[in-house]
Amino acid sequence: MNLFRLFSRSQSAPAARERLQVLLAHERASAGDSDLVVKLRDEILRAISKHMEIDSEKVSVKLERGVQVSTLVVDVEIPFDATRKAA
Amino acid sequence: MGKVIVVTSGKGGVGKTTSTAALGAALAQNGDKVVVVDFDVGLRNLDLVMGAERRVVYDLVNVIQGDAKLTQALIRDKRVETLYLLAASQTRDKDNLTPEGVEKVITALKAAFDWVICDSPAGIERGATLAMRHADVAIVVTNPEVSSVRDSDRIIGLLDSKTLKAENGEQIEKHLLLTRYDAARAERGDMLKVDDVLEILSIPLLGIIPESTDVLRASNVGAPVTLADGRSAPAMAYFDATRRLRGETLPITIPGEKRGLFGKIFGRKAA
Repeated sequence: MNLFRLFSRSQSAPAARERLQVLLAHERASAGDSDLVVKLRDEILRAISKHMEIDSEKVSVKLERGVQVSTLVVDVEIPFDATRKAA
Repeated sequence: MGKVIVVTSGKGGVGKTTSTAALGAALAQNGDKVVVVDFDVGLRNLDLVMGAERRVVYDLVNVIQGDAKLTQALIRDKRVETLYLLAASQTRDKDNLTPEGVEKVITALKAAFDWVICDSPAGIERGATLAMRHADVAIVVTNPEVSSVRDSDRIIGLLDSKTLKAENGEQIEKHLLLTRYDAARAERGDMLKVDDVLEILSIPLLGIIPESTDVLRASNVGAPVTLADGRSAPAMAYFDATRRLRGETLPITIPGEKRGLFGKIFGRKAA
């Protein structure tokens, strides 16, 4: 390793510390309920499919864990004629 | 009635077996009667680290299944006469460890020894949960590294829910043993610091064992590091941890942190 890289390299321990704090806060809160995202996904999809036909392949569910808040993003592609069922 | 200690971590390779052997030998050197018990059925190694691999005749599973008496299976250390080993089975399946069998063995050992130290296998399966089941004290061995800290957090959760003490509404005494610590790397900000790990896991610190070639050297010759070279940095750290285990209050020192001028200039990796 050359000297320039040695001195210019930023510290990695603070990142480790922050990542662990966020991760563990969530893991402790949801201990024993590890399929939370799967459950949420199923229930949300069931609720939507009551009103319109949806293709389960075209649904994406993402969970972003943050320090203060987490966001759950459910992206459902609704086909043009899907609303016909509701009508 | 002796105290039952489990040495556990979740993650493998962090130093459970090394620590079990080192602490066991250190406690026994003071004259206490100590037995170290290997719970890693199928992948035993405590016998090797203790240098007793050629003397194992009967093991934990033999005792549980009634093929051997406990006194026949206990191997007395050749260096410290109050130190004993109960090996794990190398050939049997880990399903041979039954809750009832383990309870019987631990109860008998508690009556005969001052300290019963259970070396847990890695993971959170049967062997690990049975190793912690009867513990009064848990030593959570952790490396200053993200995956080890995460697994330790998981193990702490299990200690608080799956042990006999927890089920009876009591608190199991938990201690953190930080191993393979490199003060120089932590100072440079490239390794989690002691305080970082303590803040995240929030259990009291039993000791800090420095990363050291002495640990490998001791295991090469089959001696607990506290017996191989009592003056080495890891051995001294284990002796301090042992005193804290006995209830003494000692100031925590971070091994390798106080480096001389020479070390500061040239010692990028202090041994």
